[in-house]
Amino acid sequence: MPINSKDVEWVEEPPMNFWEATFLPAVIDGLRATGHHVTHFTPVTQMYPEEAAVLPRHYRGVHRLNRDDAGRVKCVACMMCATACPARCIDIVAQEAPKDDPKWADRDKLPNSFVIDELKCIYCGMCEEACPVDAIELTHIYDLTGMSRQEMLFDKEKLLSVFDQTKDSGLDPIRTHKGRLGPASDFQQLPTLGPATTVVGDDRSAKAASPGVIE
Amino acid sequence: MPTVIVNNKPVEIGASERLNCIQAAERAGVEIPHYCYHHDLSVVASCRMCLVEMGDKKPDGTIAMQPKLFPGCQTPVKDGTVIVSDSKKVKDAQKATLEYLLLNHPLDCPVCDQAGECGLQDYSYEYGRGYSRLQEPKNIKPDKDYIGDQITLFTDRCIMCTRCVRFTREISGTAELQVVSRGTHEEIDIFPGDPCNNKLAGNVVDLCPVGALCSKDFLYEQRVWWLKSKNSVCPGCSTGCSINVDQNNDVLYRLKPRENPQAQGAFMCDEGRFGWKYIHADNRLTLPEQRANGQTVSKDWDVILPAVRNALKEAALRAPNKFAAVISPWATVEEAYLLATYARKLSPTAKLAIGPVRTVGEDDLYPKDVHGKPVTPTKFTIHAEKCPNRRGVEAVLKQIQGSVIEFSSVLNQVSKGEIEALYVLGGDPEGWIADADVMKLDKLKLLVVQDLLASAASAKAQFVLPGGAWAEKDGTFVNYKGLAQAIHRGLRGPGEARPDGRILMELSEKPGMFQAPALRKEIAKAVPALAALSVGDLGELGVPLETAAAKSELQPA
Repeated sequence: MPINSKDVEWVEEPPMNFWEATFLPAVIDGLRATGHHVTHFTPVTQMYPEEAAVLPRHYRGVHRLNRDDAGRVKCVACMMCATACPARCIDIVAQEAPKDDPKWADRDKLPNSFVIDELKCIYCGMCEEACPVDAIELTHIYDLTGMSRQEMLFDKEKLLSVFDQTKDSGLDPIRTHKGRLGPASDFQQLPTLGPATTVVGDDRSAKAASPGVIE
Repeated sequence: MPTVIVNNKPVEIGASERLNCIQAAERAGVEIPHYCYHHDLSVVASCRMCLVEMGDKKPDGTIAMQPKLFPGCQTPVKDGTVIVSDSKKVKDAQKATLEYLLLNHPLDCPVCDQAGECGLQDYSYEYGRGYSRLQEPKNIKPDKDYIGDQITLFTDRCIMCTRCVRFTREISGTAELQVVSRGTHEEIDIFPGDPCNNKLAGNVVDLCPVGALCSKDFLYEQRVWWLKSKNSVCPGCSTGCSINVDQNNDVLYRLKPRENPQAQGAFMCDEGRFGWKYIHADNRLTLPEQRANGQTVSKDWDVILPAVRNALKEAALRAPNKFAAVISPWATVEEAYLLATYARKLSPTAKLAIGPVRTVGEDDLYPKDVHGKPVTPTKFTIHAEKCPNRRGVEAVLKQIQGSVIEFSSVLNQVSKGEIEALYVLGGDPEGWIADADVMKLDKLKLLVVQDLLASAASAKAQFVLPGGAWAEKDGTFVNYKGLAQAIHRGLRGPGEARPDGRILMELSEKPGMFQAPALRKEIAKAVPALAALSVGDLGELGVPLETAAAKSELQPA
């Protein structure tokens, strides 16, 4: 979209005074910074791969599929991650939870296959944000290599094994719900929902003494 | 003309029309949200979503408003009725109603198949409050997967609109579904041992405004927002139900009825709804094939099309009277026209026959009474004629040949050696020839089969051309009462299968590409019975062929 000229404000650079025009203050500032680096030397270069890289807490590496307390895959195959994925690298096939298996009694749906193409992925973390049950998370694993494209397609078992590998590493704790399923899949204990939107001050029914009674 | 005032906007309605507030507001372009109301079912006014303020405009111009809110679905309008659906009072009522409907709703949208086309989601977004004040645990009821062979019930998601119950009582008449218990314990259920397996049962899934009733066939197959939809016509019988073809990545996932008062109404039968599986069958023809002495010569379109053309030319020159083309009633009007004109161009005395018109049993009328006997007025008909376009193909053949030859007489002539070259345009998934008759084809010198599925007959052909199923091509179907409806290419065929219209265009060396609207205009000029096709674009609802010419040409079915 072209920028409307009336939205553009032109700013003039203030004219330099005599002292600034000599450029000496800028030169002195620069020399001071150089001197500071000489006297206060702190190396910032990381000697990777000889030394392990130090990563920030929010680093986004290889995905993992979380397990719930019972060790089942947390994912409910809602496919929100595949919908949110801008690289379209997630492929999920859903299945009905086995009805006669008491292990799955509280679940309706689970992923039959869950494949992430780690080569297509751009590690943006949208899948993690989209997930309503906190099943998919990005870990700190960054040194991902493989000999073929095929082995870079991570399936459900592989992604669960990433979880087993990383959950105790300290860097990638189970972040939310203390290992329980998220509210959308937890049928036994459906929590009271907090306001999804803020309550408007003049909402008469919100102020009503009893629910549904509108003054 | 009676005038209704909707949100300060006057709307004129017909003098003899009997409308309720929802319908009158729709005329004014105002949506009144509703769950339990459906125009084909009786009114129960149980969901309370359509509460509106009502009033009356007196002859002296004053307006007297009623003190209470009224359910819009249950309140008829008359001249001077005033409907207000955007006042604070109405909006507060809508918020309160939605909050109540959601009290025990599990909000399991991530695992619910309806998410994306759900009435609760849409109205909550549009009219709801966005939070609940319920402090108590939700009342979770067990799921029931025994409702029907094709239907499963997620009891806890139900909002008790009873649309499904009313459908089985009023449209199918089979009355399998009912409400059991009372109050907050109300549940939809079947009578023990009597599951909902009538031939219209699939419609209760469409009618369900939430994700309570789900189709077992479609369950967890796809998220609905990934499906791409194209308007089409169900080919299952000559009713010609308007449908939507929902596909993703060239895989068909489901058919849904598309409302069309000119065709079938708002519903479709389960035979059509689940009867499309052959489109992805393993025995679909995916490669063209040329055979000589039982050996494959080529499997390349670029080689085979000229070869077919030459072989047909030779056959027509050698014995012009022994040349015949069979056009299946599953072919579109356009394909019938292309093949008929092409055959007549090759040999002016070519015989043009209509493929076997399959009929199964008798027309199945709904609703039914407890004994399974149809009750009048009929609300839905499943026709015995299991092909979509007999009338369209017959109209073309009558114009070009003067009469329609039955397939059985062609088969007789083949067995007597009176036909040497036969071009068959198939399309019926059940095939076009009985197994017992396949041997009769041995006498042919040339057999070209353009069909969907591999069969014993296609194995005998010198040329096999893989055609497109109805969901894979553009065209026109004419239903039992002469309604011409457009079908659209919703997905690509498997392998190198091509839409039949394209194959015939290329075979007949007709200039240009296959374009159904342009071809319809040409057909309208050439075939007076189909003059109504001259509009080119048939729109969503189709065009009846009821011109004077059409009436003289076509007898009502």
